[in-house]
Amino acid sequence: MLSCKQASELLSQAMERDMTLRERFLLRVHLLICDSCKNFSRQIEVMHLACRNYLERKNTRD
Amino acid sequence: MNQSSTLDLNALEQQHGYLLRYAMLQLRDPHLAEDVVQETLLAAIESRDNFAAQSSLRTWLVGILKHKIMDLLRKKTREPQFTSKDDEDPLENLSAESFGDNGHWVNPPQTWANPTQSFENQKFWEMFEFCTQRMPFSTAQAFMMREFMELSTEEICQELAISTTNCWVILHRARLALRECLDLHWFGNKGKPC
Repeated sequence: MLSCKQASELLSQAMERDMTLRERFLLRVHLLICDSCKNFSRQIEVMHLACRNYLERKNTRD
Repeated sequence: MNQSSTLDLNALEQQHGYLLRYAMLQLRDPHLAEDVVQETLLAAIESRDNFAAQSSLRTWLVGILKHKIMDLLRKKTREPQFTSKDDEDPLENLSAESFGDNGHWVNPPQTWANPTQSFENQKFWEMFEFCTQRMPFSTAQAFMMREFMELSTEEICQELAISTTNCWVILHRARLALRECLDLHWFGNKGKPC
């Protein structure tokens, strides 16, 4: 079983590299039972999207 | 020389703000950022014959700017006073502090309500900017390279002369820090234990 710390590390690394089958399985199991890490997973996406949008969005004011 | 008509000076000027923000994210120094943007615009005018009108002007300019920023950063990392300061950064222990001894979240992430709606709010972007600037320089550098300059981890490792594992640790730390800052100052979750 993964701890939340390990799960959050893997969720972050999933942004940089492909997960192995085992890692993907372990994450899925963890996310099934852990709302906090599920939220963190969504927040990583939001931050990624925000970075994408930051330069564009602010440009509309120019 | 009569090719200059393919590069409209007004169009160049319009990209100035965008380029400046791009540079600021990486350099955090308004003067340095302005300098590098000016250099980029000059280089663009000088090499305007290389600009294919059908490609996006911004993409082309960002390509030039990226190189100039990387050159600057390479020079800067060689200056000791630049790197030494925040190596003892408060984030150093953040990933440890975010989790208890049992590996559980100390402040478990809560749901962020309507995050994409926040993107419509100018105040959100000010907070976002604040939070990115609050990251220690060395952490931010890797994060900006990844999320804004869209470099691969391999390229970042090479630039910063760190191992892949170290790079993952830094990026994880950066995300925890940004998450905590946005949570505290924007999404308004104190983090209740579950």
